[in-house]
Amino acid sequence: MLEISDLRVSVDGKTILNGLNLSVPAGEVHAIMGPNGAGKSTLAYTLAGRDGYEHLGGTAKLLDQNIIGLDPEDRAMLGLFLAFQYPVEIPGVAGMTFLKTALNALRSARGQEELSALDFLKLVRSKLSSLGIDESMLKRPVNVGFSGGEKKRNEVLQMAMLEPKFCVLDETDSGLDIDALKVVADGVNTLRSPERGMLVITHYQRLLDYIKPDRVHVLAAGKIVKSGGPELALQLEAEGYGELLKASAA
Amino acid sequence: MSATAQTVADVERLAERYKYGFVTEIESETAPKGLSEDVIRFISAKKDEPEWLLEWRLEAYAKWQRMSEPNWAKLGYPPIDYQDSYYYSAPKLKDAPKSLDEVDPELLQTYEKLGIPLKEQEMLAGVRNVAVDAVFDSVSVATTFKAKLAEAGVIFCSISEAVREYPDLVKKYLGSVVPQDDNFFAALNCAVYTDGSFVYVPKGVKCPMELSTYFRINAENTGQFERTLIIADEGSYVSYLEGCTAPMRDENQLHAAVVELVAHKDAEIKYSTVQNWYPGDENGKGGIYNFVTKRALCQGDRSKVMWTQVETGSAITWKYPSCILQGDDSQGEFYSVAIANNMQQADTGTKMIHMGKRTRSRIISKGISAGRAQNSYRGLVKMLPSADRGRNYTQCDSLLIGNKCGAHTFPYIESQNRSARIEHEATTSKISEDQLFYCRQRGIGEEEAVALVVNGFCREVLQQLPMEFAVEAQKLVGISLEGSVG
Repeated sequence: MLEISDLRVSVDGKTILNGLNLSVPAGEVHAIMGPNGAGKSTLAYTLAGRDGYEHLGGTAKLLDQNIIGLDPEDRAMLGLFLAFQYPVEIPGVAGMTFLKTALNALRSARGQEELSALDFLKLVRSKLSSLGIDESMLKRPVNVGFSGGEKKRNEVLQMAMLEPKFCVLDETDSGLDIDALKVVADGVNTLRSPERGMLVITHYQRLLDYIKPDRVHVLAAGKIVKSGGPELALQLEAEGYGELLKASAA
Repeated sequence: MSATAQTVADVERLAERYKYGFVTEIESETAPKGLSEDVIRFISAKKDEPEWLLEWRLEAYAKWQRMSEPNWAKLGYPPIDYQDSYYYSAPKLKDAPKSLDEVDPELLQTYEKLGIPLKEQEMLAGVRNVAVDAVFDSVSVATTFKAKLAEAGVIFCSISEAVREYPDLVKKYLGSVVPQDDNFFAALNCAVYTDGSFVYVPKGVKCPMELSTYFRINAENTGQFERTLIIADEGSYVSYLEGCTAPMRDENQLHAAVVELVAHKDAEIKYSTVQNWYPGDENGKGGIYNFVTKRALCQGDRSKVMWTQVETGSAITWKYPSCILQGDDSQGEFYSVAIANNMQQADTGTKMIHMGKRTRSRIISKGISAGRAQNSYRGLVKMLPSADRGRNYTQCDSLLIGNKCGAHTFPYIESQNRSARIEHEATTSKISEDQLFYCRQRGIGEEEAVALVVNGFCREVLQQLPMEFAVEAQKLVGISLEGSVG
């Protein structure tokens, strides 16, 4: 579903991703782990199409279409969703308005009719109840004054509403205490499906206790240096990145 | 894309951007070009005005000739040749229409295109009632719902009709808030104003519906000088909305209106404006010069006036809706969204003059600049010695889109009373890349993302608009910022 091949990207003239290869089939959840500065967030932003990430070479294909060079909204239309590490505040825009605008933009881009206010409300309510989120969150301006846990839950809610084909979760565990982490992980787990792929980017293993990955990849110095099953995450937790990086450099 | 296809796409884009830019083919009766005593006599005669009004006009004209155009605003434009404009243009009618059925169907079609349901039956089918007075070039062509308003005792008609039917009221209040020689443009308006709306709400009456006027400049080279007078008698309430559009033309057209509001004891007036005059093209060619004087007198104790404006159009905007807070415990509020894109220039704000005891005022201004536009907030808060414990709160926020535009804030604060309290807060920010990227990642296109973020920025002001118009205003915010990013 997601096929990244020899991807090279620089930021401010400095090469961050340096020949990255990765393949995530539909229905699987893959984790990307790595030390600080390895290029984890660069990978997330590059996939989502943020400005300032210069493409030096390689491809990233979502459902056989190379998404490099597309506008962020066009990638979203193809089914890509990024759950942000730091969700952005939008003062004055109610969560409900934001969700409705996004959903209708995606629908009209796909040639579907916009949802009526009533149908939209029905859909929102069903998603809210399945995720156990209170409707009052959507009456507040997007992310403004939200706690860390609320922000991440809001990301999961958006993911549930927009029904993407492929999700990238960038450090979803950062800033969460263990209870909030469980709630968010439960939400993500309900969205796992045979048609949907996920890439979970994290620094720590603990998130993977709650979102069980099918594969774990270690990212260091801009490329994947080791891949394995879930046990790789546990090994990293026990030994740290140092040992592994030494071994792979040797 | 081929050159032809490109042109077609450009035209379509332009049309979308200013969808009110069409011209109505209609026969007009026009005064000779230029300004003179004779032209003023012509206008007055056309309107069959009483002698006192003609004299009042001529007096204003004499004063105007001795005045000079103000130059303190942060606006740049070539000198205006006041002799190169027509001061009167009226759709040709055999006789004044007695009912809507007699109004030229072309004219009705124009208003339909503008989305104004003129016909009463259409209005009745609507969820809520809005009475509309429509002013086309210089004359008021139709006022709907007159009968229903009359039942409540509310007078809502064109000001020309008011001069004929209610001369005592007009004589008493015309020029009572904005004196003839208040400023250059107000004096010009007094001399040549052609029509506008008149509202009188009697004691204790809550006006049963929103009142609304649509102004439309159609004819070429024509100035529009409308005059609005609203009087809310003791304990009454009225909400009034004006909307404005004009065709796309290469030359600049002059618009100099005067609006006077009088609120008596315990009365409340809510006055909302959605101004969408043609702003000119991307290079600053054409567009309306909008020089407007709007002022409210909160004459009675506990009276209240609230100005809400959404200013998205015009090449030049010079406008400071103000409140004179004369009655004790009277209140003035000013909520403003001013958007300037491309080559537009806006210098707008308010004046709050506190005279009575415990008078309160609140100013919320949101300025958005994009393209190469210049947007200035200019506001005066003045506490006179009599304004014991007067209070003002001002919040003035500017948002910049791109790096070629400017935002400026000119607050003037004068306090002559030690017990008065004045607060002023101001912020200037750039539209955030993070916010736009976040929206776009969710599938919202770039322009829609800008509209969404800007609407959020303006929310405090937009939510003050009557519900019927809030949605329209939100769309307008998006349309007026098209092409501002990328």
